Amino acid sequence: MNKPLRRIAIFCGLLMVALMVRANWIQFVQADELQSDPKNRRVAIERYGQPRGNIILSNGEAITGSTEVEGTDFRYKRTYKNGEMWAPVTGYASQAYGATQLEAIYDGILTGDDDRLFFNRTIDMITGKDQKGGNVVTTLDQSVQQAGFEAMGDKRGAAVAINPETGAILGLISTPSYDPSVFAGNSAKDAEAWKKLQKENDPSDPMLNRALRQTYPPGSTFKIVTAAAAIESGLYEDIDEKTDSPDPYLLPGTRTNLPNDGNHSCENASLRVAMQWSCNTVFAKIAHEVGNEEMIEYAEKFGFGQEHFVPVRTAVSVYPEDNQPQNAQAGIGQASNRATPIQMAMVTAAVANDGKMMEPYMVDRLVAPNLSTVEEHKPKEMGQPISGETAQKLQQAMETVVEKGTGTIAQIDGVTVGGKTGTAQHGENNEENPYAWFVSYAKTADGSTPIAVAVIIESADVLRDDIAGSKLAAPVAKAMMKAALEGKG
Amino acid sequence: MSTSHTTGSNTTISSGDLPSRRNTELAMLAFAVLIPVFAYANVGLAVNGEVPAGMLGYGLGLGLLAGIAHLVVRKFAPYADPLMLPIATLLNGMGLVLIWRLDQSERVPLVREGAAAPNQLMWSALGIALFLAVLIFLKDHRILQRYTYISMAVALVLLILPMFFPAVYGAKIWITIGGMSIQPGEFAKIIIAVFFAGYLMVKRDALALASRRFMGLYLPRGRDLGPILVIWALSVLILVFETDLGTSLLFFGLFVVMLYVATERTSWILFGLTLAVAGAVAVASFEPHVQGRVEDWLDPFHVVRETGNANQPAQAMWAFGAGGIIGAGLGQGHSDLIGFAARSDYIFATVGEELGLTGVMAFVLLYGLLVERGVRTALAARDPFGKLLAVGLSAAFAIQVFVVAGGVMALIPLTGMTMPFLAQGGSSVIANWALVAILLKISDTARRPAPAPAPSPDVEMTQVVRS
Repeated sequence: MNKPLRRIAIFCGLLMVALMVRANWIQFVQADELQSDPKNRRVAIERYGQPRGNIILSNGEAITGSTEVEGTDFRYKRTYKNGEMWAPVTGYASQAYGATQLEAIYDGILTGDDDRLFFNRTIDMITGKDQKGGNVVTTLDQSVQQAGFEAMGDKRGAAVAINPETGAILGLISTPSYDPSVFAGNSAKDAEAWKKLQKENDPSDPMLNRALRQTYPPGSTFKIVTAAAAIESGLYEDIDEKTDSPDPYLLPGTRTNLPNDGNHSCENASLRVAMQWSCNTVFAKIAHEVGNEEMIEYAEKFGFGQEHFVPVRTAVSVYPEDNQPQNAQAGIGQASNRATPIQMAMVTAAVANDGKMMEPYMVDRLVAPNLSTVEEHKPKEMGQPISGETAQKLQQAMETVVEKGTGTIAQIDGVTVGGKTGTAQHGENNEENPYAWFVSYAKTADGSTPIAVAVIIESADVLRDDIAGSKLAAPVAKAMMKAALEGKG
Repeated sequence: MSTSHTTGSNTTISSGDLPSRRNTELAMLAFAVLIPVFAYANVGLAVNGEVPAGMLGYGLGLGLLAGIAHLVVRKFAPYADPLMLPIATLLNGMGLVLIWRLDQSERVPLVREGAAAPNQLMWSALGIALFLAVLIFLKDHRILQRYTYISMAVALVLLILPMFFPAVYGAKIWITIGGMSIQPGEFAKIIIAVFFAGYLMVKRDALALASRRFMGLYLPRGRDLGPILVIWALSVLILVFETDLGTSLLFFGLFVVMLYVATERTSWILFGLTLAVAGAVAVASFEPHVQGRVEDWLDPFHVVRETGNANQPAQAMWAFGAGGIIGAGLGQGHSDLIGFAARSDYIFATVGEELGLTGVMAFVLLYGLLVERGVRTALAARDPFGKLLAVGLSAAFAIQVFVVAGGVMALIPLTGMTMPFLAQGGSSVIANWALVAILLKISDTARRPAPAPAPSPDVEMTQVVRS
């Protein structure tokens, strides 16, 4: 019987070998895949096993924190300071619902898992310490944000403030907002809070980042781009040159007359006057004369037609490809012309910075747990959409708007302010309440421009004239500019 | 002493005067006790940050049990294989540590059941007591041969009884009497091996020789085919009525292996495999419990994708994955996420997570070593009954390890069986100690030196005359 016994021995050996091969397969070959399976609770347990690094303002103050929680295998939970105000900047990090925006983009740094923190991690492992997360230092300015958020009050809208010289984002407001702390854990209470914030349960959609992710018809604020196109294309050389435009303006190829708002004379107005009183007729005519293709080109030079990563991805602003009457209307920021608040802030900043457009960014540097800098943002030029000369001409026009036009409400003593109001009609037959826009920049006595702002308010007031922009949105912009200037002085 | 059997030979396949290797066993036992004690300290340090209070008692207890077992082996089975007892002790000790480690889990589903390690320690002690009883009272394994048909009756009763008890977690493998529950399948595997060994020893010539050659195969006669069909039917019945894939696989595999060894005819294996596959496929095609297992095996993560909730097969895969090569370290993994079966059917996943691939390989090698020592015992045994019984018990052990570990690692569909010596469960640990005891007893007989021939006075006389 020994021959079959030897075969049985081999058979039993093969059974064991099969087990070992299988073990090698799942524990060596497949291990990485299994370990990183997002449904694997270990991923979350490990992630929340140590406090997360913080998101920090330009003044060094942290707007996030971590707190130890009991009764769950997730040891640490994210906390937010003044969460509602900063939510558009931080996004959220929730044990149950994952992370978004900065929390998601820099998850590796914040948890300490990033490859660039490998050295730190190894040292911690050897010395037996818990893994530590790094910090994300933003460009956000506490006082600018605070001023804008307070001025916004309970109105629905967004505001973006940029330093035109560097592209650094100083303020990023979206209202109504939410406090990411309320659903940072994974309890039933967190689930309820999360549910309440969803769009289907809250029509005001508090979790939408209106500053970066929502596009609106830019309304009259777009006239800055149209004016730039007029000068750059050589249509008009001087902003005080008469434009030979009728009032009202018959939209090309139609029998529809485009009127102006308010009782200002726009007939044959110069660019300066047209900006001052926000003449629809003048800019619609310019858009028509420049032509759809070239209008698209000029808009794209300012950053329309692409996503921007600040590093949070923005929605795409579009200047539409369209027929003549639509193109003329798009030139005054209507029709299917759409822009995000940050896009309009970029346009304003480019004009304020003498035509040089800086890449907008909100993360200044990433810091390892041992405080060494892992990555630092160097201001980058995105392009030169308009020449310095054109920019200066536009600045003069925009300064006239604030000095003695529709934007006088934004005047700040001892400071040169340039701005542009806007009221964007929307809805079918323009029946819904218009959006109130205001874009502006402030220039100090020494010639530097520390801030450019774009504000939009999804107006609740029924105001159909251009004053709406200045009445609702301009005070917010003014508050933010003042805060930035005070911080500088 | 003859020099032809050198001390360098460590084989058990040898007749005559082998060294008894009792001191080797003692040295190995020292390791088998020390390793779990260190592991116990390791868990305590990892979980509570201190050396566990019970460490000394645990170490002494395990050491004492091992020591007594060793002394009894020395006295009652002096030539027994020196590796089996240490391997069983090490496995049992590690099993206790793993169960104790899972007792420390703070997760809700496990706390409910309370601590299982103290009970397991008690069952282990009982198992070792049975081990000692077998060594002391079973003078010769051939005595078991007398109980061939009684064994058959007992095995049938044990296998059929669970049908009349309610299913636990989908399988009817338990007999519950007054709060105590036993898993008769664990004992049945030994008793059935005894029955097969006795039956086949008598019938093997008839089975092997009375067959016709057909297409290069020896086809058995119909009347010899009878028993195999009965066994096949029985294993299918177990599968159907008790939805116990594991026991029927074990039961059938055991029978095929022993038939093959007894008859030396490959045709029996082909028949066996064909019938096994036919039965399994037939049952799997209409039995939902079995179908579910097959689905889980083909895609362990389908439930996670469909419902978002992680089920046990998925949790086990993640546990193995989490262990990687060197493991998370005892007490530092999350294999308790598996839930209620973490300490029983799925305990090997804890090995995978906390001791890593290294630990899994070590455990599989230990099991493999124990099995191969068993098969060597069969080779060395001089009587056909001993050979058959030893190979049967070893093969049953190997199949059980393969089925459980393979199931947990999704190599084959999962079946509810226990990992010998590691898993929580009284029946299992007691039965496996008995199994090792019987193997030890056979190996003792096999390796025992033949009695020295009586000195022949004639030889001397002749020499005297010559000189």
